[in-house]
Amino acid sequence: MNAERITEKLNILADAAKYDVSCSSSGSKRKNENKGLGNASNGICHSYTEDGRCVSLLKILLTNHCIFDCAYCVSRKNNDIKRAAFTVQEVVDLTINFYRRNYIEGLFLSSGIFKDADYTMERLVRVAKKLRTEHKFNGYIHLKSIPGASDELMREAGLYADRLSINLEIPTEEGLKLLAPDKNRQDMIDPMQFLKDEIILRKDEKKLFKKAPIFAPAGQSTQVIVGATPETDQQVLQSANHFYKNFNLKRVYYSGYVPVLVDKRLPALNTSVPMVRENRLYQADWLMRFYGFNVNEIVSNQQPLLDLDIDPKLGWAIRNMQAFPVDINKADLQLILRVPGVGLLSAQKIVSARKFGKLNWEQLKKIGVAVNRARYFITCNSNAFERRDLTGFNIKQFILAESQSKYIKNKPNQLNLF
Amino acid sequence: MTTLFYDGTFEGMLTAIFEIYDRKLTQVKLQKGGLVAGAMFEETLTVVTNEAYAGRVLKGLRQKLSPGGVQRLYIAHMAEMENEENNLVGYIRYVFDSTQNIEDDYGNRFVMRISEIIRMMRREKHRMEAFVRFKKLKDGIYYAAVEPDFNVLPLLIRHFRNRYTDQKWMIYDLKRSYGIYYDMHDTQFITLDFSAVGNPGEIISVYTEDESIYQHLWKNYFHSVNIPARKNTRLHVRHIPKRYWKHLTEKI
Repeated sequence: MNAERITEKLNILADAAKYDVSCSSSGSKRKNENKGLGNASNGICHSYTEDGRCVSLLKILLTNHCIFDCAYCVSRKNNDIKRAAFTVQEVVDLTINFYRRNYIEGLFLSSGIFKDADYTMERLVRVAKKLRTEHKFNGYIHLKSIPGASDELMREAGLYADRLSINLEIPTEEGLKLLAPDKNRQDMIDPMQFLKDEIILRKDEKKLFKKAPIFAPAGQSTQVIVGATPETDQQVLQSANHFYKNFNLKRVYYSGYVPVLVDKRLPALNTSVPMVRENRLYQADWLMRFYGFNVNEIVSNQQPLLDLDIDPKLGWAIRNMQAFPVDINKADLQLILRVPGVGLLSAQKIVSARKFGKLNWEQLKKIGVAVNRARYFITCNSNAFERRDLTGFNIKQFILAESQSKYIKNKPNQLNLF
Repeated sequence: MTTLFYDGTFEGMLTAIFEIYDRKLTQVKLQKGGLVAGAMFEETLTVVTNEAYAGRVLKGLRQKLSPGGVQRLYIAHMAEMENEENNLVGYIRYVFDSTQNIEDDYGNRFVMRISEIIRMMRREKHRMEAFVRFKKLKDGIYYAAVEPDFNVLPLLIRHFRNRYTDQKWMIYDLKRSYGIYYDMHDTQFITLDFSAVGNPGEIISVYTEDESIYQHLWKNYFHSVNIPARKNTRLHVRHIPKRYWKHLTEKI
């Protein structure tokens, strides 16, 4: 092995792949039943980069040669950068050796488009096939679906991969036309549709025949770039909601645009990464998936943007004061989940614990409720509760005043004396 | 107040519970080890671990708790956290004194505390599943040294056995001076004598040739995937606290 050459390739092709934020290695149940190497279960983050993102998979491009010229992408055809390509064997060796040392949960393989869609997809599938069949590798494999790849190849990919994803990149069709003129939204949706149908079909088959092979057990995901085009949060979240509902996606990832290229269609190079907005979008996404919120409750025509100062659950609560206070000792789980400061686990614990006796503030705090926020919205087994008739606006001010948001560096009401 | 001394084993603790009920003690304190100076004026009792007594208590627990509940109790004891014995005793007494299963009574301070200990143990176990970094030795064994906050090695066996079936591996807890070793058939607990190794340079000589290459590649990879424009040191350190760094290949 030529260590120097491999190192150079790895640096180039990992660097080019890092803007894909998907890192999940969960949702698959691939077992190590063939006395082979590895398994895929609940997902483990083996390390974290200095920007605080999890490193779970060996995330690389097979090559950064690309025939497309998408404005937001570092690997675009007309960008003057170093190009490299791995051989199938090189990717296999890296994956196996990293995995055996417990560095990673598996492989996330993407690629620039060289020649055409099928040619590229065929290479990706070949890597996965080699790992699964020749090396009895049962670790996690995430493959990119290449827009426009044939159904045959997508079917083969689903047999070897745990998850497949195709990045919509831009939340709306108009945005995509502007920044990626070579790409066609329908080309992305077709493989997604094909996989969705195939996954449902294979699941039914598996119910009848236990021996039937598993097919993309961790489902599909996608990613949209936020802040490269002028879409509102409402458009972003409604588009996400559409794909969750109609394509059974497991995850939609939101990637705050990192300015890497000079292009008059894009934000300038010195623009900061919209990290707060990205965080709020993920919070909203969680509300839709785990907390029973409808997308229209979070964003609407009157409120097309998420409030950057407070999380979207608190935002919903102060717009809907008529729903509160909630009696923690009586209310349904669904209602408790809507209280700011009460998370999924705390809500479940509350519902279990109150069967044994009514809960008070001290107990709620122990259970994990953020009482400083929740106290405006609940009553419990105590005479102390918020008696003032506060407006949503008041509550927001109180909470902001006493919380030290990680995002607000300088409090606006703090005067600088010297 | 009676202070009970026991040998630190789970059976020992269950025997202590037996003694508490047998002697109808109400105010008790359970402590590991033997008599200490200054305890002269207190009533003390040294518990002699008795398998039959422990077995009876365990049987009682099994009737009152779910199988998972008994296991959680065992794990909470295995954590070997200091001065947690009294919370465990309090929990077990609450189990026996209640007519119904109290596992989910999070309003009770003992139930809540056990649930916290379990959460800490789970997190440490999960961290070890993530932070173990194997190095390939010349004899084909993949070796990793760790220093977990709590005694979690026994909880790791199943995960690593299922995952690395076709390679020999060893995970060694330097803090507690014992390890687990898998030889492709069985897993066993072992202790190593490091005195013969001498200087660290010799340790490097027992690694396979390509070991340093893959370590180098991994470090390179780790730096390549970082996005400097998004630097967030606080988040980084929260996810990987500094005390773990010395055994993480990418952070050395």
